[in-house]
Amino acid sequence: MIGDPPTTPAATRVSDPILSLRGVTKVYEGGLTALSAIDLDIERGEIFALLGPNGAGKTTLIGVVCGIVRPTSGQILADGYDVARDYRKARQAIGLVPQELSTDAFESVWSSVKFSRGLFGKRPDPAYLEGVLKALSLWDKRDDKIMTLSGGMKRRVLIAKALSHEPHILFLDEPTAGVDVELRRDMWAMVHELRKRGVTIILTTHYIEEAEQMADRIGVIDKGKIVLVERKNTLMRKLGQKQLILHLSKPSKVLPKGLEDHTLELSQDGYRLVYTFDKHQEDTGIANLLARLSQLGIEYTDLQTQQSSLEDIFVSLVRAPT
Amino acid sequence: MNVRAIRSIYVFEMARAFRTLMTSILSPVITTSLYFVVFGSAIGSRIETIDGVAYGAFIVPGLMMLSILNESISNASFGIYLPKWSGTIYELLSAPVSHVEVIIGYVGAAASKSVLLGTLILLTARLFVPYEIVHPVWMVGFLILTAVTFSMFGFILGLWADSFEKLQVVPLLIVTPMTFLGGSFYSIKMLPPLWQKVTLLNPVVYLISGFRWSFYGTADVSVGVSLGMTLAFMLACLLGIRWIFATGHRLRA
Ligand SMILES: Nc1ncnc2c1ncn2[C@@H]1O[C@H](COP(=O)(O)OP(=O)(O)OP(=O)(O)O)[C@@H](O)[C@H]1O
Ligand SMILES: [Mg+2]
Repeated sequence: MIGDPPTTPAATRVSDPILSLRGVTKVYEGGLTALSAIDLDIERGEIFALLGPNGAGKTTLIGVVCGIVRPTSGQILADGYDVARDYRKARQAIGLVPQELSTDAFESVWSSVKFSRGLFGKRPDPAYLEGVLKALSLWDKRDDKIMTLSGGMKRRVLIAKALSHEPHILFLDEPTAGVDVELRRDMWAMVHELRKRGVTIILTTHYIEEAEQMADRIGVIDKGKIVLVERKNTLMRKLGQKQLILHLSKPSKVLPKGLEDHTLELSQDGYRLVYTFDKHQEDTGIANLLARLSQLGIEYTDLQTQQSSLEDIFVSLVRAPT
Repeated sequence: MNVRAIRSIYVFEMARAFRTLMTSILSPVITTSLYFVVFGSAIGSRIETIDGVAYGAFIVPGLMMLSILNESISNASFGIYLPKWSGTIYELLSAPVSHVEVIIGYVGAAASKSVLLGTLILLTARLFVPYEIVHPVWMVGFLILTAVTFSMFGFILGLWADSFEKLQVVPLLIVTPMTFLGGSFYSIKMLPPLWQKVTLLNPVVYLISGFRWSFYGTADVSVGVSLGMTLAFMLACLLGIRWIFATGHRLRA
């Protein structure tokens, strides 16, 4: 793809954000800058996927919002409340499923979930908790000690704990890491179900496929900076496009006359003509274009087509020297 | 005040003790019984009365203090260290709870367990020796004050420790010697004059002395001083906790 990666600063702001970060920076003791002046808005009710390589700052970003990491500077509003000043109200709105499988090994599933609900100041509601456990297929295991559960089941317990206080915002830090295909699909279904009930979901993942499957918007973070935020559909549309690249025998300074009605771009050095088309369309217009070129006597030495995947965009973004 | 959160922490911590009933309650009771058998009956029968109190009865308050101190510290320090170690602390940090609420929950639970334990020891002692309690209200007062104070101390220890080793080294190297040398098994008046002075630097002396006074009306140091020192130690712990939370270290990165 010719042209810049689709970084659109405007996309980091939305009109009615449920979560907004402004200039959020985190410098860990020892001097490592894990987040550098992050500006990000999360839309009410959306599923937002945060992608990024290991050590990019995803968990730190979640940590500063949830109160686990103290930001060095910047402002964070969750559900309209400042997470530092109005921490009670802000945190009440948030549920967190951590990346690590940290569980109360000796507790039963039920008492652990009950504890979480109480900790968040909610009045006991066994019926609600029963619903949560059933939805996560944990109901049969409610009296089991957590240490006796498998990894995937423990992950579900953490989700149940995060949902126990009926949060509006749910953070899932790599929910499907080390999870088998079936459970992953369950997880996706659950996320969609939660979204239907109005829960805003922010998840991190290394699987691009997962972001494609689930997210309304996709953000890419690298070295503590947000390098891209884009609607998934926009991204996918770009992905649905292919380019035909023609290497001209003779460079041209301007787009040759007579080709204006084709969606063509000329590369900087004047050697390449790039034709962008939608691969899903029946008539791609390639035949037309080639016929037109020979009519005009424009010669080319080579032609190739290319297509960028989300993976390509991702890789080009995080590999780009900064 | 997030009262439900306090209750959740409290109930959770109490449940942890009852789940490990053997170690939390039974083992101190057994240990104490052994002390009575060895010191109270076997050796005590050869020791004359101290301040008019039979030796077996004399060591009851000291033994209670010994257990309360150890249990308060180990319970509270373990209670807060465990989630740090296992990683479940994330939940506490992300919950809408204040530091004060966290402290009330953890320290409250640890202190409750200690008071419960003290009561159990008192009842166990009854099987071995007859004793009286001259000032029962003061006795309960000292019991609770000590339990709360040393639970706070344990809480600080648990916050500070970043390994199991550190968690155990402080009770082992500092607290246990202090309690043994604090007059659990003897009156400090039995020491040579110089050591009588030195031993007054040991805060545990005041706890045990005050506590014993509430039983038998006699004490190594005046009860006012005992109370003052206990309160002073409590204040120091409060300030310590405040300082740790104010700096925010040890819990939040
Ligand atoms: N408590 C900490 N103290 C010091 N540095 C830390 C701490 N936690 C994280 N870091 C550093 O901050 C950077 C960002 O870490 P973070 O865990 O946020 O990355 P991540 O995007 O979640 O990575 P992963 O995909 O591996 O989970 C890393 O370089 C990491 O080493
Ligand atoms: Mg991470």
